[in-house]
Amino acid sequence: MNKPVTPNSLRTGPDEAGRFGTFGGRYVAETLMPCILEVEAAYKAARQDPAFEAEWRWLLKDYVGRPSPLWHAKRLTEHLGGAQVYMKRDELNHTGAHKINAVLGQILLARRMGKTRIIAETGAGQHGVATATACALFNLPCTVFMGATDVERQQPNVFRMKLLGAEVVAVTAGAGTLKDAMNEALRYWVANVHDTYYCIGTVAGPAPYPQMVRDFQSVIGEEAREQMLAATGRLPDTLVAAIGGGSNAMGLFFPFLDDPSVAMHGVEAAGYGLDVENGHCASLTGGRPGVLHGNRTYLLQDKDGQILEGHSISAGLDYPGIGPEHSWLHEIGRVKYVSATDREALEAFQLCSRLEGIIPALEPSHALAHVMRIAPTLPSDHHILMNMCGRGDKDIFAVAKHLGVTL
Amino acid sequence: MSRITARFAALKQEGRGALMPFLEAYDPDPATSMAILRGMPGAGADLIEIGMPFSDPMADGPTVQLAGQRALKAGATVAGTLAMVRDFREEDQDTPIILMGYLNPILSYGPERFCVDAAASGVDGLIIVDMPPEESQDVQPFAQAQGLDLIRLVAPTTDEARLPLVLKNSSGFIYYVAITGVTGTRSATGDALRAAIPLVRAHTDLPIAIGFGVRTPAQAAEAAAIADGAVVASALIEKLASTLDAQGRATPGTVRAVLDDVRALAEAVRG
Repeated sequence: MNKPVTPNSLRTGPDEAGRFGTFGGRYVAETLMPCILEVEAAYKAARQDPAFEAEWRWLLKDYVGRPSPLWHAKRLTEHLGGAQVYMKRDELNHTGAHKINAVLGQILLARRMGKTRIIAETGAGQHGVATATACALFNLPCTVFMGATDVERQQPNVFRMKLLGAEVVAVTAGAGTLKDAMNEALRYWVANVHDTYYCIGTVAGPAPYPQMVRDFQSVIGEEAREQMLAATGRLPDTLVAAIGGGSNAMGLFFPFLDDPSVAMHGVEAAGYGLDVENGHCASLTGGRPGVLHGNRTYLLQDKDGQILEGHSISAGLDYPGIGPEHSWLHEIGRVKYVSATDREALEAFQLCSRLEGIIPALEPSHALAHVMRIAPTLPSDHHILMNMCGRGDKDIFAVAKHLGVTL
Repeated sequence: MSRITARFAALKQEGRGALMPFLEAYDPDPATSMAILRGMPGAGADLIEIGMPFSDPMADGPTVQLAGQRALKAGATVAGTLAMVRDFREEDQDTPIILMGYLNPILSYGPERFCVDAAASGVDGLIIVDMPPEESQDVQPFAQAQGLDLIRLVAPTTDEARLPLVLKNSSGFIYYVAITGVTGTRSATGDALRAAIPLVRAHTDLPIAIGFGVRTPAQAAEAAAIADGAVVASALIEKLASTLDAQGRATPGTVRAVLDDVRALAEAVRG
C-alpha cells in the first residue's frame, strides 16, 4: 500500500539551523551570534562526554532527589469520577520545581566553557531560585533579572534568591513581567559575553536553548515512562502539562512523542478569558507566528507586530511566546493545546490541596484544571498523567489575596 | 548606483566621512519627528537613520527604549514610518534614508509588501537588528528585488572566520558596532576603533560606518575619520528627551535643540 511519507521519528529536531519545522532559529543581534554558536558547540561536545552526563545524573540523584515519585491521586480520581489521575511529582525536587533539572545541566556546561558569571531571567521566581541555588553550590556569582511586577507578586522567591547569594534586578521596562526580564537579561549578556553564561529557564530563545533545555527536562518524561510501565503495565493514555514557555511540558512529552497511543495536552494560561483582549497568555490559541527573543514561534502580538504583555495569575505562565518545538507540535497536530483561566486554576489549586494534601503551584494548577475538565468524561481504565511541576508555597500569599484572605 | 553608494562616493571625493544622525519615528509625536527629519539635511546630515519603534528592542539601551515607548504611545506603525519617508522624499531626492528596526513588525506587515512599500516610499537601506545573515532568508530576496541595501552589523565579537558570511550579500555600507553592549551605554576608544576597522576593511570594499557609543562632535569626527561614517543616536534622543515637558510632549524648542546638535556634529565631521 502507498503509505504517506512521514518522518520516522518526531524526536530528531531541531535541524542544523536550530529549527523545528519552520519554528526556532537564531534571531539575535550580531554581537550575540558568535556567543550562541559557542554555546551550541560546547553543548554538542558536552553531550558526547560521559563524564558530563555522569556528573549531571549524580547531582539529580543526590542533590535534587530524583527520580521524583509517581503518585496515583486516588481521592482526586474518585472525586472526578472518571479517568485515573497520576501525578509526576516534580514539585518534590530540591527548590520546589522542575527548573533545577535544566539549570544544573547548564551550570555544568558554563563551567566547562570557563564562564565565571551566571545570569538568568525569571517569572515566578522558580527558575531564578534554581539558578541561584546552583550558583551557590558551585560558588558562581549570579544575577537574576525579574520583572518589577513579578518581584511584587513573588516576594518569597525574591527573598530566597537573595538568601542564596544572588543579586535580583527588578526590571521596570514594559509591564515588568517575564518578557521584559528576558529582554534585560539579553541586554546584559550582550555587554558581558566574554565571561558570562546566560542560563535560560525555558525551551525558548535562540538555538541551542530550546533543544538543550528540552534535553535536560526530558528526564521527567523518561522517568515517568518507566514509572507508569511499572505501576500500570502500560503507557499512559493522556499526558497533561501547563505551558508558559513550555519547559515542563516539553520535558514530559518528548520521550513519548513517538508513542502514537499517547495523547498529549498542553494547557496555556487563559487568564481572564481568551475573549479578553490582552487578558491571557495563550500564545498558540490566541497568537500568531513571529520573532521574539531569538526564535520564530507563536506570539501574542497586535496587528502591527508589537508584542503584547498578556496576563495570567501565574507569573510563570505570564509570557507572550512559547517554545518553538511546541509551535511545531501544534502545527503538525501531535499535541493538542488547550487553556485554563485564572479562575479555573484557582479552583484546581484548592481542590488538589484538600483532596491530595498537595499544594500545587499556580502553573501546574492550570494543568490540573484541564484534568478536572476531561477526567469525568473518560472511562476509569483511561490513565491521565499530569506533570505536577512545582509546589505552591511561593503562591500562598497571592492566592490568599485572590481569595480575599489577609495573612 | 543606489543613493547610499552615490553619497559615500561623493563624500570620498570631498575627502571626509559621513554623519548619520538617527531619529526614532513618531518620537515624541509624528509632527515633531517629521520636522526633525526634514531639518536634518540642512543641519548637515549626510545620511539619515530612522528607527522603527518596537515593543521589545533587545539591542537598545534605556534611551532608545524610552524613545520607542513614546513613539508607540503616539501611534507609531510600520505604515506610518513609511509615510514619513514618502513625505520627506517630496522635498529631498538625495539624502539616503536607512530604516533600522527589529524583524517582527516587518514580518507582521509582510516582508515582501514591506520591501515593495519601503522602496516605493523612498527608503534606501534596511538594518534589521535581530536578523543575522543566517536568518535573512525571509527578507533578503525581497530587499534585493526592490533594490534596497541590506546593511549588516559587524560587532567586536564577529571574528575573522565569520566575517565573510556576514559580509556576503551585504550592500550599501557596513555598520560597525563599536562596543559589545547595547546602544547609548558607553563608548569605544579611538585606539580600539583604529585597531578594529582595518580588520573589517581587509574583507570588504563597502564603506564602514561606526555606531553605538558615538556621542560627541569630537567622537563623531574621530569615528568618521577612522571609518567612513559615524552614526549618532542616543545622544540626540537624550537631547530631544531633555526638551520634553513633564507629560513627555514636545515643546517649542524641541526640534531646534536636536537640529542644533546635528549641526555641531556635522561641523566637527567636516573638520
